[in-house]
Amino acid sequence: MLRRIFAAFAVVLLAMALLPFITEIHPFQELSPVARHYAEKGPDELGGANLVTSVIVTYRGLDTLGEVTVLFIATAGVGFLLRRDERDEEESAAAAGTDESGSAGNSPRPASELLMSGSMLLFPLLMLFGVYIFLHGHLTPGGGFQGGVVIASAMLLVMLSRVSLHLNHTVLGLVESLSGFSYVVIGVVGLVLAGGFLDNRILPLGELGNLLSAGAIPVIYSLVGLKVGTELTNILETMKSEEEL
Amino acid sequence: MTLGTVIGFALILIGVWGMLTRSNLIKIIIGFSIIDTGIHLVIVSIGYLPGRTAPIIDGAVDKARAGLEVVDPIPSALVLTAIVIGLAITALMLTYAVGMFREKKSLNIGDYKELKW
Amino acid sequence: MSVYIIAVFGVLMVFAAVYAIYSRNILSAIIASGVISLLASIIYILLAAPDVAMTEAAIGSGLTTVVFLLALKRINRLRGTEEEDVDA
Repeated sequence: MLRRIFAAFAVVLLAMALLPFITEIHPFQELSPVARHYAEKGPDELGGANLVTSVIVTYRGLDTLGEVTVLFIATAGVGFLLRRDERDEEESAAAAGTDESGSAGNSPRPASELLMSGSMLLFPLLMLFGVYIFLHGHLTPGGGFQGGVVIASAMLLVMLSRVSLHLNHTVLGLVESLSGFSYVVIGVVGLVLAGGFLDNRILPLGELGNLLSAGAIPVIYSLVGLKVGTELTNILETMKSEEEL
Repeated sequence: MTLGTVIGFALILIGVWGMLTRSNLIKIIIGFSIIDTGIHLVIVSIGYLPGRTAPIIDGAVDKARAGLEVVDPIPSALVLTAIVIGLAITALMLTYAVGMFREKKSLNIGDYKELKW
Repeated sequence: MSVYIIAVFGVLMVFAAVYAIYSRNILSAIIASGVISLLASIIYILLAAPDVAMTEAAIGSGLTTVVFLLALKRINRLRGTEEEDVDA
């Protein structure tokens, strides 16, 4: 009961702290100077039609690099914690003999025919859609992060329909680290050939609205898409992999 | 004030209340993800300008007048990366919850008393 | 016009959030938190942020829910026998 009173007190205090944001701060009527620069000069400077993509990949590219690093560390943390637990459990299960085998559903049940056929049909389409999303990141809504998530969902579908499937971790790790490495290399190339780290003007800007335009933005975003896709696939695979116990 | 900000703040308060009063570890993580959504909503609604369109230069937006016709792209960019990080952090928290359950066979936060006295 | 839509979805989101906090069934709570993200993605469309809407729909209501469910399944497997009675 005391805990609820304290919690209510904390929530009321937080509400009082947030109230001025609603009552006293007026919404913007104009773009801030930075946003105005991005909106007016962005298409000419970088050649990207989608301003959000321009901001993420080039103007604030360094932040995105940090963000991908956070994602990598979180993935590594999930993998480290669960893999270690799994090994401990295998040892204890081997020591205790029949301890684990009693629980229901330990032997994976094969997926239904419907799920198998549906995933066979959908998997290539989903992969293609993911690639489409990150290749067109500079033209339409979407980009590396969304495309990567769609790819991870396609892999999840396969994992659900083929319970005994084991993904090749060497390939996953290779794709993930190579795309991360190329991302940094492109950034450094931008530092040498163009205006700064992750500058996209190392390739010709092309015409606004074409697929092959916006310099290195499609390349960078494809690498981000591959990296995010493999990392999220890794998280999902690690969290699901208790089947093999 | 804008409506999106109000909804976002409401979600933040509900999430904080849930995190503080629930004792199930998974409920606490759900509270965290509600706070996450609320914060994203607040940031996006701050960048919204009434009567303007999405920050994509296509047929609907005149390139020369883009500064007067599109909403702020920076909050969108911030929130986009924050959502992806939010997923990774949620997965990490859930992994810890699984590990804690493995230790004590309980999800109740009241059973974890190692730091008490 | 879009103000009313946002208001309706906002009320739904608040209800879903309260339900996610107070539901006795952990599975319903997880689904409710996915519903919050889905409604949020519709609001992002109305707030002229389609990029964020795509991300939120794919990650917030898709993968986050899946990650919660995988963790819950793992916990239930560790629990061994009783499956459904994980309550608050």
